This record gives sequence, C-alpha cells and structure tokens, in this order.
Amino acid sequence: MNLENIKSEIEANVPGCQLEFVLNPSPSAQHSLRLDHAHAVAVATYLRDAADLRFDFCSNVTGIDWPAKELTEKVKVKKLVDGEEKEVEEVRKTTIPGTLEVVYHLFSVEKKHGPITLRMSTKDRETEVHMPSLTPVWRSAEFQEREIFDLFGVVFDGHPDLRRLLMWPDFIDHPMRRDYVAPDDFEYEPTAHDAVLQRANQHQSEAIAKLASEAEGK
Amino acid sequence: MVDEELKNEMSKQGIVTTTLQELYNWGRRSSLWPLNFGLACCAIEMIATTMARYDMARFGAEVFRPSPRQADLMIVAGTVTKKMAPQVVRLYNQMPEPKYVIAMGACAISGGPFKQGYNVLKGIDRYFPVDIYIPGCPPRPEALLDAFMSLQKMIDAQQLTGPNRPRHLNADAKSEFIVPKFGEHDLEPAQNSTVWKAPLVQISGTETDKSAK
Ligand code: SF4
Repeated sequence: MNLENIKSEIEANVPGCQLEFVLNPSPSAQHSLRLDHAHAVAVATYLRDAADLRFDFCSNVTGIDWPAKELTEKVKVKKLVDGEEKEVEEVRKTTIPGTLEVVYHLFSVEKKHGPITLRMSTKDRETEVHMPSLTPVWRSAEFQEREIFDLFGVVFDGHPDLRRLLMWPDFIDHPMRRDYVAPDDFEYEPTAHDAVLQRANQHQSEAIAKLASEAEGK
Repeated sequence: MVDEELKNEMSKQGIVTTTLQELYNWGRRSSLWPLNFGLACCAIEMIATTMARYDMARFGAEVFRPSPRQADLMIVAGTVTKKMAPQVVRLYNQMPEPKYVIAMGACAISGGPFKQGYNVLKGIDRYFPVDIYIPGCPPRPEALLDAFMSLQKMIDAQQLTGPNRPRHLNADAKSEFIVPKFGEHDLEPAQNSTVWKAPLVQISGTETDKSAK
C-alpha cells in the first residue's frame, strides 16, 4: 500500500483529476492526498470500487481550521543607495489565507488494508466554504459531515440532510473555529486557572463592586 | 406535641401515638418516585442503584415513572447540554408538587469535566432549585443512596404550617420556572437569576504568583 502508487493509479483512471501529495515529514509518515473539488466524488468512487483498492469503509471524517497566518521573512535585495549598488535587508510580509480543511480516513475491510487519508480544503473561511460531500460514496460520512458543518461551518454540497447536529438550528456560531468566542458565563469557577481564572475574577470583582455600591446607596 | 420519651414509653406498652405531620411526612418520604430519565454516564450508576445489589426499593423509590405527572423526584443524572436544558426545565415544571431534585455528579452540579465546553450547561441549579447535590464522577450507588437518606431526613423535618413550611404548602410560592429559549449564541436567559446567584469566591494565588514572576 504505497500512496504514490495509488495516486498514479487514480490519475490514470480518473481523467483530469488534480491530486496533490501532502507529505508528512514526521516518523509516522502518514502522507495524504489532497483532492480537487470537481473530481472529488469521482476519485472517491474509484477508491471504493476499484478491484485492487476497495476502500469500502470511511472510518473518520474531521475538520481543521487554519486561520490566516502572517509570515515575515528577511530578504536581501540589491538597491541603488547614493548611486552605488548595495545589498540591503528588507522585511517582507506575506499572508497565507485561512482555509477550512476536511480529512477523511479510509480503510478496506475486504482487502484488509488502510488507512489512507484524503484532504479537501475550502477557498477561505468566510464566504467560499463549500466543498463536495462524500456521503453519497460512503454513507458513514453522513453524521460526521453534519458535525463538521455544525462546528466548523463547512457547507457540503450534495449532502442528503445537511442540518446542525450538536447545536440547535438557530445557533449561528461555529464552536470549533479558532476565533469562536464562548458566551461570557464565568461567574462561578471554583477551580479556575489561567484565562478562565482571569475572567472569573473579573466577574467576581464586578459583583463585589456592585454589592458595595448598593450598600452605599442604602 | 407528645414528649419523645413518653412516646417511646407508651409504644413499649403497645400504645402508638403520632402527629398528623409525622404521618404525612412518613408517607411522603417512603414513596419517592423518581422520574425515569438519564442524561449521560451517571445514569448508568443510577440504574445500578435500582438493581438487586443496591436495591433502591428499600427506600420506596424503585418505581421509576415514565411521566413527570406521576413523579416526585427528579434525579438529574448526567451532563446537561444546553440543547437539553430547556427540556429538563420543562419536565421539572410538569411535575406536580411536592417535588424534589437531586443533582447527581459533577456534570449536573457544575458542568463537571466539560465545564468550559461550548454546549454544556454549568449546573442545572442555574434554572431550578436543587435539594441535594452528590459530587463524584460518577458518584457510586452508595452516594446516591446516601442522597436518598438525606432527602428523607429533609422531608421528615418539614413542618406543615408556619413560615418555614415547604413550597407545596405555600400557595404563594411558585413551582414553575422559566424555560430558557435557544438564542443565537447561548440560552436566553443564561441563568434564572431568581433561583441562582453566583457565590462570591475570589480565587487568588495563581494569578498573583504569575505577576510576581
Ligand atoms: S459527572 Fe462524570 S460520570 Fe457523571 S455524567 Fe458527568 S462525566 Fe459522566
């Protein structure tokens, strides 16, 4: 089971698909394939049905939130200073746009091999959050895609029943996004520490100040 | 009131004396029917308590009622998610007086291991009054039995008349509480301020330690 072989096999059989081999440099070496939206369902169907692959079991689907990141790097540039050409160091800033990523883990029960990992990314985190659903290929992805829709806000096109799973329908946030702000209900935190402790103490001192002002008013 | 010693003496002679209050409280404490529902892992321990080894029938409490209309006691056994909280409050409102609540386990008391979770209520006592709290994750069946005995003691001590009479004998006391609504970010209201007031505990120490560094 070599992912690069699988990749070239898919490319030979699903015309036009663009697969990206994502290297995992850690000792686990769990490399993965990034699918393009247009051919995702075709590639998934091929992985499930090809006689030598038969990835018939999608065991896990999960989401990752990648917020926009700013990279600073120092670059040496040649510039004309006082008529002379000099090497000057310049700081360049590049922003990597944020995306939402979804990861699928596949096994083959029939062939007893796996897992292989598939990835898909949305264009950004705000408006272009669509991606094709793989539930029509693997039924077991249904609830997990609903969960990702609920907690990350990825919209799966082609999902048969895309509703929130854990939160109520009127809820508008996506709690697993990194910029999610939880409701400020830290009034009583008996064993708090760090950030929670700060917020709890702020609540407490507000309450004490309120009590004191009430006592003065009387 | 009959003197306690005299009462004992008379019962030795075969004369039983009692008061209406004693009889009434004895009747109620000996047939506490819990509402049949569980919310998470604590419920498993509650089920174990009703089985032969722990035998909750000894307390007259083995009749778990599937309808809130027939139940006297709500055992909140497990994690109360924000999505579930309105239903729990509604069930409590539907129970007829007299009614009692046991908050079983860290989750029902405060949110427990999931306290800072995005969908976990930080204690059911934010929405209605709780009579007995049992700490633990999960509490052992013995702890639940202990809660039963504490509740029975509490009921035994209740007076039928006077300013300290229980809620069900006081026509002015309300027995229904606000059912929270699903808001866009949180339950609305996030707590019932007539029932729950945040205790004042200033936790210092770690924070000052850090600023000292
Ligand atoms: S207190 Fe512990 S055992 Fe009880 S419901 Fe919460 S997590 Fe489960």
